[in-house]
Amino acid sequence: MPALRSETMTVNMGPQHPSTHGVLRLVLELDGETILSASPTIGYLHTGIEKTAEQKKWQQVIPLVERMDYLSAQSNSMAFCMSVEKLLGVEVPDRVKNIRILLAELQRINSHLVWLGTHGMEVGAVSVMLYCFRERELLLNINEMIAGFRLFPSYMRVGGLREDLPRGFHEAVRSFLDRFVVKLGEYEDLLTNNEIYLKRTKGVGVITREDAVAYSLLGPIARAAGVGYDVRKAFPYLGYETYEFAVPTATDGDVFARYTVRVAEMRESMKLCRQALDRITPTGPHAIDDPRITPPPKDRVYTEMEALIQHFLIYSQGFTVPAGEAYVPVEGPRGEQGFSVVSDGTNRPWRVKSRAPSLLACQALERMIIGGLIADVIAVIGSIDVVMGDVDR
Amino acid sequence: MEGTELIGRLEQAVPGGVFEIAASIDLQTTVYVPAERVTEICRALRDAPDLRFDFLAELTAFDFWPREPRFELMYLLVSIEHRLRLRMKVRLAGPDAHVATVSGIWPAANWLEREVWDMFGVAFDGHPDPRRLLMPEDWEGFPLRKDFPVQIRRPAYASEALQVTEQEFRDNIQRDRLSRPGHEG
Repeated sequence: MPALRSETMTVNMGPQHPSTHGVLRLVLELDGETILSASPTIGYLHTGIEKTAEQKKWQQVIPLVERMDYLSAQSNSMAFCMSVEKLLGVEVPDRVKNIRILLAELQRINSHLVWLGTHGMEVGAVSVMLYCFRERELLLNINEMIAGFRLFPSYMRVGGLREDLPRGFHEAVRSFLDRFVVKLGEYEDLLTNNEIYLKRTKGVGVITREDAVAYSLLGPIARAAGVGYDVRKAFPYLGYETYEFAVPTATDGDVFARYTVRVAEMRESMKLCRQALDRITPTGPHAIDDPRITPPPKDRVYTEMEALIQHFLIYSQGFTVPAGEAYVPVEGPRGEQGFSVVSDGTNRPWRVKSRAPSLLACQALERMIIGGLIADVIAVIGSIDVVMGDVDR
Repeated sequence: MEGTELIGRLEQAVPGGVFEIAASIDLQTTVYVPAERVTEICRALRDAPDLRFDFLAELTAFDFWPREPRFELMYLLVSIEHRLRLRMKVRLAGPDAHVATVSGIWPAANWLEREVWDMFGVAFDGHPDPRRLLMPEDWEGFPLRKDFPVQIRRPAYASEALQVTEQEFRDNIQRDRLSRPGHEG
């Protein structure tokens, strides 16, 4: 009788696979359905944004950094602007700080909604995606209202905001929050006690607390594994220390724990939004009053020679930033986010480096899926919420 | 915590005056350390009980070409237990800059070091997987170096575009038209 022969099988997953959220390629070595090894290949979306940024003037970098992590545009540009403001040594008015908090929290809800929708769909709950995208549409409408652009508003500017809030902004955000608090409960009804969802997610893709720390997964993934670190609490910025909110954590470190943490984060974000909304006056300063950095109001440009000159200088030459290096960490939807910005004292950055939470999550993916089943890979990729634009930049 | 107190703790963890304190305008206290002692210092910073820099938040390089030493590596360390942040920097001279890997201390450094190699050509001695990360494997040069040109054209390596003359193009169209089934002249 011939001896039984066994061999492993290599499966190429991606780069064009709908569940890889872009173009992530995984070469999986399988023994039956169990994963023996996994090697992620990235770089398919590399567009050299950091090199491009070195050729642009400071303000022109903002649209570029918004396109890195394309689900959290407002957080990206806010982090970049805060690093540049640190180099310039300017501090934005309190009203701007509150507006930035409000927009960053709305962006977090926005990003988590895309995550929840796509993740739900990948594990079989297709209706969740339709509901999540319905509510996200309202957030995109708010973006359109303030900036005329839905995904990449470029509304954050060095020194403040591009322009003041439009009329009806408060009502729009309030009506979204009133609606969303109900809808979020509906999503939870669909998933939290759903037997199929629990079976697909509980105990799947576990990462221990130690590994989460070692792989530098600062953010929701680490919080789901019991690391209570949140930049907003640990190193407060923009006055987050004056706001009341909790940092949700879980201890299991599996896909389900990440789900509970992110859903709880959306609730906390809603609390923050309401508090910020109460503090923001309908009109007031929307940027610092510094003629070197912020352009003059349009009505002055049309009537005053000095304002016209100032406008022309800012849009043709930009502004210079003192030589130095700064990194201001913020809590983005995927974890600690920030831009290491180096200036050589000219009107163009010497180097702009984004801390990419998705890159580190992608690196730790291998750790989470080895020993698991191939069907769980999709659930795990969904749960770490990678944005390939942020991975490859 | 004040920067001076942190420096005191650093000196205690790694005695011998290895830390060169630099000016810093943000949250992170900045120190330069000698390149040949990076591994030892990193291990001490991670393990010292009053520091515990267990998170490597960022590892990247800056190129200050044409200045020499042209490269500066930046390690951004976070201690959750003590709420500390430190920016540790290393100066490296080009063109074949190299430094010991820290991927044995923080596994997160693995890809970050690969990215630095990919973009700047700074080699990490003892790295478990010293390949490019983002650029194609056969890419020549290191794109984020300051002496790397911005606008260059390179042929795609995977395949070359099919080259046909205008006449060949027309003939092909004609042939396809004629060979279509049911074609009536």
